Amino acid sequence: MAWTWFHRLGSPPYIYGLAGRLTAWFAWPAGLLIAYGLYAGLFVAPADYQQGDGYRIIFLHAPSAYMSVMVYSTMAISAAVGLIWRMKIAHAVAASCAVLGATFTVMTLATGSLWGKPMWGTYWVWDPRITFELLLLFLYLGYMGLRSAFDDLQRADRVSAVLAIVGIVDVPIIHYSVIWWNSLHQAPSLMKFSKPTMPPEMYIPILAMFLGFTLLFAALLLTRLRAEVLNRERAASWIRDVVSA
Amino acid sequence: MDAPPVSAPAGSPLAAAGLVVARDLKLAFRKRGQWIQPLIFFAIVTALFPLGISPEPSKLRAIAPGAVWIGALLSSLLALEFLFRDDAHDGTLEQYALSGQSLTWLLLAKTATHWLLTGLPLAVMAPLAALSLGAPIGSVPGIVTAVVIGSVALSLIGSIAAALTLGVRRSGALLPLLTLPLSVPVLIFGARATELAIGAESYSAPLYLLGAFAVLGVTLAPLASAVAVRISLE
Repeated sequence: MAWTWFHRLGSPPYIYGLAGRLTAWFAWPAGLLIAYGLYAGLFVAPADYQQGDGYRIIFLHAPSAYMSVMVYSTMAISAAVGLIWRMKIAHAVAASCAVLGATFTVMTLATGSLWGKPMWGTYWVWDPRITFELLLLFLYLGYMGLRSAFDDLQRADRVSAVLAIVGIVDVPIIHYSVIWWNSLHQAPSLMKFSKPTMPPEMYIPILAMFLGFTLLFAALLLTRLRAEVLNRERAASWIRDVVSA
Repeated sequence: MDAPPVSAPAGSPLAAAGLVVARDLKLAFRKRGQWIQPLIFFAIVTALFPLGISPEPSKLRAIAPGAVWIGALLSSLLALEFLFRDDAHDGTLEQYALSGQSLTWLLLAKTATHWLLTGLPLAVMAPLAALSLGAPIGSVPGIVTAVVIGSVALSLIGSIAAALTLGVRRSGALLPLLTLPLSVPVLIFGARATELAIGAESYSAPLYLLGAFAVLGVTLAPLASAVAVRISLE
């Protein structure tokens, strides 16, 4: 009896309703935190003594970079849950994660390269973290490509789940091999800005942005999950009641 | 898929793996042309680098490690088509899954045979390509060792991708997308070992890392391949 809440998670109509009710609870705090973080970061926080105002892109860049990795782990964990316990809704979560994660990764690359132009004098440097983000983007694209190659949704779910699990084992290895590669080939001068501890006017907005992005991801994930459930259950009768209501 | 085998499994796992290896080798000898193609492809790719960059020896020597490993990566990709495809079409994989022997173990045997037919010849070709790009003769043992170990890892990563795309009709463009990002550590460690070998320095450190990656592959890749093959049989 104590497990009824768990079994209900396997029911698409319940998930559809739950996701709809929860979205606002994540979306509003996310909007407020991001609005505060952007205002405090872009207008209130002092300029960096070395980078001037250029550093301010970090308020978008750092949270996106964190999300790009976090979303991949979320995707792999829910894919594993779906594969092991044959939980359809977990596969739907994994499927919803992929596009969001790829978007955060593209955002990280774009903001990083915009920052690189004034700081390094070039839009692209084979810096280990940039290179890793690029490879992560390829991993996301491979996952989405594999998923779209199957017409049968259940097979697409299970096959792409195996890829996500293989990916999460390989991601740390790729990460450290790229760092190792870079330490051999490049003079470690580019990133060595001496960083004094940030004043609170800087790090509090950054923390707000981290939390805001996490909540934003949750809200977007729930929205995509509803769309995913609608698409998967389009033959079911409860959909007609939901859509006509 | 979950039905128990009709008869008790006959023979030890080792004997079963031996049968798989013998069968695959026999089939490969009957289709020799198929296995030579990736090697010719490797030779062509490495020959394209001087044409595309410059015939200047100092430049060629600088790009030799990268050229050899990118050639190896691409040619291992080409050979993946033959790994499971024919056996999936004629039902052999299904029989393996039903045989009562561990599918993981049988797929490891298949991948090992595939490595014998593609990775090992590559270890012979790679030093030739490196020599043509200006590597000194003393670097040959290092390059051979690096390619022998690295191609094990490439075969194993490839076996996962090949198993995942079994149900896909046109997997040509998908295989590189799945395999290449996962193979980046092999490229990095392999090219570094080759670079050190060409520079007559100690190349053991990247070789150890390459070996560790290959061992991880031997341990985990057949498990993932077996799960993927079972999904494709559902």
